[in-house]
Amino acid sequence: MAPVLELRGITKRFPGVLANDHIDLALEEGEIHALLGENGAGKTTLMNILYGLYQPDEGDIFVRGQKIQVHSPSDAIAAGVGMVHQHFMLVPVFTVTENVMLGAEELRPGGFLDRKKAADRITRISQQYRLEVDPQSYIKDLPVGVQQRVEIIKLLYREADILIFDEPTAVLTPQEADELFKIMHSLTEQGKSIIFITHKLREVLEVADRITVIRRGKVIGTVAPAEADQNLLASMMVGRDVQLELERSPLKAGEVVLEAENLMLADDRHQVAVEGVSFEVRAGEILGIAGVQGNGQTELIEAVTGLRTPLSGRIRLLGQDITRASPRIVTELGSAHIPEDRQRDGLVLAFPVMDNLILCQYYLEPFARGKVIDWQKALQVANDLIEKFDIRTPNALTPVGSLSGGNQQKVIVARELSRPIRLLVAAQPTRGLDVGSIEYIHRQILKRRDEGVAVLLASTELDEILQLSDRIAVMYRGNIIAVVPSKEATKENIGLLMAGVMPEKIQAGASSGLPIA
Amino acid sequence: MDKKPVNKQDAGKVLLEEISGAAQEQQGKTRIGRILLIPVLAVFTGLVIGGIFIVVTTESVYAAFGQSFGAGLSEALRTVWNSYVALFTGSLGSPTRIITALQSGDPLEVRRAFNPILESLVASTPYIFAGLSVALGFRAGVFNIGAEGQIFIGAATATFVGYAVKGLPAIIHIPLALLAGAAGGAIWGLIPGWLKAKTGGHEVINTIMMNYIAFRLSDWLLTGPMKRPESFNPVSPTILDSAKLPRFFDDPIRFHMGFFIALAIAWVVYWFLFKTTWGFELRTVGSNPFAGRYAGMNVARNTILAMTLAGALAGLAGANEVLGVNHNLAMAFSSGYGFDSIALALLGNSHPLGVVLASLLFGTLRNGATPMQVSLGIPNDIISVLQAVILMFIAAPAIIRTIYRLKQPAQEQPGIHLSMK
Repeated sequence: MAPVLELRGITKRFPGVLANDHIDLALEEGEIHALLGENGAGKTTLMNILYGLYQPDEGDIFVRGQKIQVHSPSDAIAAGVGMVHQHFMLVPVFTVTENVMLGAEELRPGGFLDRKKAADRITRISQQYRLEVDPQSYIKDLPVGVQQRVEIIKLLYREADILIFDEPTAVLTPQEADELFKIMHSLTEQGKSIIFITHKLREVLEVADRITVIRRGKVIGTVAPAEADQNLLASMMVGRDVQLELERSPLKAGEVVLEAENLMLADDRHQVAVEGVSFEVRAGEILGIAGVQGNGQTELIEAVTGLRTPLSGRIRLLGQDITRASPRIVTELGSAHIPEDRQRDGLVLAFPVMDNLILCQYYLEPFARGKVIDWQKALQVANDLIEKFDIRTPNALTPVGSLSGGNQQKVIVARELSRPIRLLVAAQPTRGLDVGSIEYIHRQILKRRDEGVAVLLASTELDEILQLSDRIAVMYRGNIIAVVPSKEATKENIGLLMAGVMPEKIQAGASSGLPIA
Repeated sequence: MDKKPVNKQDAGKVLLEEISGAAQEQQGKTRIGRILLIPVLAVFTGLVIGGIFIVVTTESVYAAFGQSFGAGLSEALRTVWNSYVALFTGSLGSPTRIITALQSGDPLEVRRAFNPILESLVASTPYIFAGLSVALGFRAGVFNIGAEGQIFIGAATATFVGYAVKGLPAIIHIPLALLAGAAGGAIWGLIPGWLKAKTGGHEVINTIMMNYIAFRLSDWLLTGPMKRPESFNPVSPTILDSAKLPRFFDDPIRFHMGFFIALAIAWVVYWFLFKTTWGFELRTVGSNPFAGRYAGMNVARNTILAMTLAGALAGLAGANEVLGVNHNLAMAFSSGYGFDSIALALLGNSHPLGVVLASLLFGTLRNGATPMQVSLGIPNDIISVLQAVILMFIAAPAIIRTIYRLKQPAQEQPGIHLSMK
């Protein structure tokens, strides 16, 4: 029997880039086929071709043995191909029913919307595939995991039987991700076929029936999970051996470097985002802050780096009160900051790599003599840093915005870690980066820890938190609801805490002296 | 490729990218070629479209078309050719006249032959100052629409020092009057800058309002406190000789020291923006205020500084006109230098060198407009049309790229944060 979907020799060129190079891919009926690759490997380009957003330069698409032309998403939907986008395409102020109907409206005579009929169909679909959702609720009131279910229902409502999931777990808690995997299995059991795009190795091994790895636009190989492990997949993705588990030296925590006391913070909309949080970070340790995006981590990081003034509470860095200090004072006390949004806060994209490398020190010796910048010196230092931190750039004068995400992040890391520091505040330091860059940045962070730098690491990637942290503080709805030493932390108990559930073991531990805010 | 959808680049973003990207010197020749390509093509296309306007507004062309199509076509081409010859001989001088004058050796003839081009330099001078004002604002992420008002205030303060402060030698009086002009403009820039930094009031709105205040204020000054006592017209007293910028030739050649001061100031602005920590801060905050704040820069202070300096530069434009050309302050003397300068700052990629080149072009066009009107009856408003068309193409380089089938600039992937808010 012919595969449900077959791509043959798909090639797509962008100016200067060969995004897809003769890609062949076959999706069998009822399978979950993972498409694994680093950022920029060409996964999304390929799926956009399949979904009709791009036209391929070469190659053909077959659905059930029939060659099809896909010129727009509606062609794709007509052929039964549907995509769950990484960023949901939902109208928050509409109900589930209205969102699902949007673009495929059921009409009563006279052109009126037939919400009832649509709602009934949604209920049937949700029962059939165990996608629990209330058709009457508004999207804005639903948790992210449920919103994703609505996206899936949208496709089923349009009778898609080839479903593409683009990085679906990026926005989910581990529990929600597990829930999603169950749904995916129940979909394939009932005859649907799934392409699952991701760069997370663990998930692939967990759910996929087959795994196709692409690198630099080429298919490297297709393997079954049984015959693969994380290290094999990582080296297929990167093209060299990658060490996923980094060696950690034993903890040698020193004096308290950063201290926060009853910190109360408002977000940009003047809502209270952090409600009285206390913690401390010692020299030589990494305090990980785990939590689902939007539980106050961003505000907390901004407060300790001087970018956000607390409503109340106190922050001390090396014994000095920095509660209301400016970012410059915090920096000058020996704090480095890898910001969460590197393109917004960390870089001036239009400026050359060189200028970005001196962004925090341009006014100091040796870059400034008086008020005049010594660009010769800056260039020399920039070239050194480019070599030392392995920044892949044509030269120091290339605008940083034209580098890849991983190299942009390396520019920030090089700038922040090349000066003497006592505290490193790293927020989402590897978000969106490829395996090779992640490994590199993790090594750098661990190296600073071993040198006695206090590290405050905020990440929504649970694996990253578990791998790097000495202690893990879990934030939920503006509070640190638990601080767990790394040896007691597991994916399960931290995952539950991230969802606001207090596991009994930790509760017991908490009463025996673990700090709980 | 992954993650973000590939955004179609809108023209505004391309523009901002080029403004901000053009910042760095130390670039190869190809880059300079690329930067120059769009403005040069824009000017060329502007001239072509301007020609069409000349044709459709000339009656003799219609008459010729009434006879035959061929006659109409040749009449149209002849008209355009003559107009542009008049424009450029009027603004640059006639080559034959220059050669014969040089051969005759008569100093008066030589001066007269060179007068058009010197007069173009005179017209370019206020453009340089005002263009630098707007360009510096762009670099710092503020949109200074207020150059026109700052020119009026700078002219008023320079005029006052020029006629009211007596007994100074020129070597002190001239710099003092220039400084007064810069200070007047600086105050007029400082106010909207301060409002933006402290209250978030948008500088575009506030500089426009400051313009109206400046216009009416100068009207009042000229009918009241600064009115020339013996005159019925709203005009200020003539400034003292000691405050006049030296001219290099006898009357009627007005070419004066101001041009070289403008070039020097352009160099200073370049040095300030690209070689000093102040300039680095200004450009960083202008290109990405979030990153500026992250790097410990004071965004509010830089906004105020940028608007103040921009005001000072525009104030110098006003002072230059009074001290070098008019020698008094009259109503509506500026006639849009401040507004044109927004266009030429864009044309010049907000780079001081680009501003100087664009100013020379605008000065030339402005100076050639009158001869064109006198000799051929072509309305000098055509020059405004020309400038507007050029500006449109500069502001929307996508049009130029489409017309000439140019490729997009190579670096396009990530968007540039140039916040103009």
